[in-house]
Amino acid sequence: MKQKLVTALLIMVCFILQCTVFKALALASISPNLLLIVTSSLGFMRGEREGLVIGFFCGLLLDIFFGSLLGFYALLYMFLGYGSGLFHMIFYDEDIKLPMVWIALSEVVYGLSVYFFMFLMRSKFEFGYYFIHIILPELIYTVALTILLYRPIQKFNSLLDRLGGDTVRDYYTSSGTMGQTENQTEEP
Amino acid sequence: MKKRNHFSIPTKYIFAVLAALCVVLMFVSYSTGLGGASLGRVAGYVFVPFEQGLGGVGSWLREKKDVLEDLAAVQAHNQELQAQVDELTMENSLLIQSQYRLEQLEELYELDQTYGDFSKVAANIIATDGGNWFNTFVIDKGTEDGVDIGMNVIAGSGLVGIVTKSGDNWAQVRSIIDDLSHVSAKTLSTSDLCFVNGDLQLMNEGFIRLEQLKDPQDQIAIGEKIVTSHVSDRYHEGILIGYVNELTQDSNNLTKSGTLTPAVDFEHLHTVLVITDLKQTVP
Repeated sequence: MKQKLVTALLIMVCFILQCTVFKALALASISPNLLLIVTSSLGFMRGEREGLVIGFFCGLLLDIFFGSLLGFYALLYMFLGYGSGLFHMIFYDEDIKLPMVWIALSEVVYGLSVYFFMFLMRSKFEFGYYFIHIILPELIYTVALTILLYRPIQKFNSLLDRLGGDTVRDYYTSSGTMGQTENQTEEP
Repeated sequence: MKKRNHFSIPTKYIFAVLAALCVVLMFVSYSTGLGGASLGRVAGYVFVPFEQGLGGVGSWLREKKDVLEDLAAVQAHNQELQAQVDELTMENSLLIQSQYRLEQLEELYELDQTYGDFSKVAANIIATDGGNWFNTFVIDKGTEDGVDIGMNVIAGSGLVGIVTKSGDNWAQVRSIIDDLSHVSAKTLSTSDLCFVNGDLQLMNEGFIRLEQLKDPQDQIAIGEKIVTSHVSDRYHEGILIGYVNELTQDSNNLTKSGTLTPAVDFEHLHTVLVITDLKQTVP
């Protein structure tokens, strides 16, 4: 229950940041996609079920406030969260490269989907322009932001684990070393 | 001898007594101050009414005298005023003519300026679309403040967009530079109809697309004002959209298209006005 509340809080904070502060941080009128970082990385760390739910609510918030048709972003983010969750199996806590590659891939999927459904369907054929001026800059900016945000999200993930049920705690007490290794990597 | 029997006080005694009385009165009034005041008071009661009456007569006389004096001045003044009246009458007739012209012009002007009379609600922009594909934003007024779907949003003198969603205390506005936006428009000078469509490609350059403008006589110049048209079913007529930036002949040789510079600075938009009157539509 606490886990759910804290996650909901994170989504709300990220949504508000995305819609206010991040627009001000925009470089060349392109801003990074914070909600996508949260959806993908949490999906990656916590599995497809949670990635799916987080993605759904992130997308739904976007739909409610900014969408032109309700459910489009919810579906898209849910898909991305679920997809990230599938890679949960090969997730290593230390490795930032794989999540980065996956977030970049998510960005491409996100950008292509929006272009395909919202622009190509209205006979806007200049894909080259949209790819170079929108999709690619957003991807680069988002991946750069991921490097900064990955550690805080990891911390948030371990906070969720501590708030979580017994099964997770058992898992940690049995495996044991997880917390220590994390501390060791942070010291230098 | 009979006269001598008649008792009579000698005049010199009377004089002496009266003189003594006067001296006593002088002493008493001087030493005590009593007699003079009461006398003065008495004197007042006795004399003031008379004085007043006489004063009244005096002032009446003075007034009569003044009136006679004033009459001459008034007569002189009257001549001056008469001259002025003649002058003003002429001026007035000129003004009546101007007034008539003004009324005529105002009637014409009203057609152009109708949106000055709309009821409006000011709102702050509290959030903008997080993505990079569209240009919508959220304002802090909703149905509680009378803001509803389909209402026009302006800032300063120019059109910003239209309310596309509304909650109790917020509303979503789609700006005219958004890729999904279409506005039926016309040129201000010739009333030629055209369409103003938002375009993501042009949005980054700060322009909006202008399409399907019929201008066979090449009357439309760069800088021409484009306003919302009378045939639009969503936008009130005559709201300024922007100025023509560039215009080229289409390949069909019938219409022209080009770009507009919007009248509103969308980069630095913080507060907007929502016109809470909806455009009247055919039921």
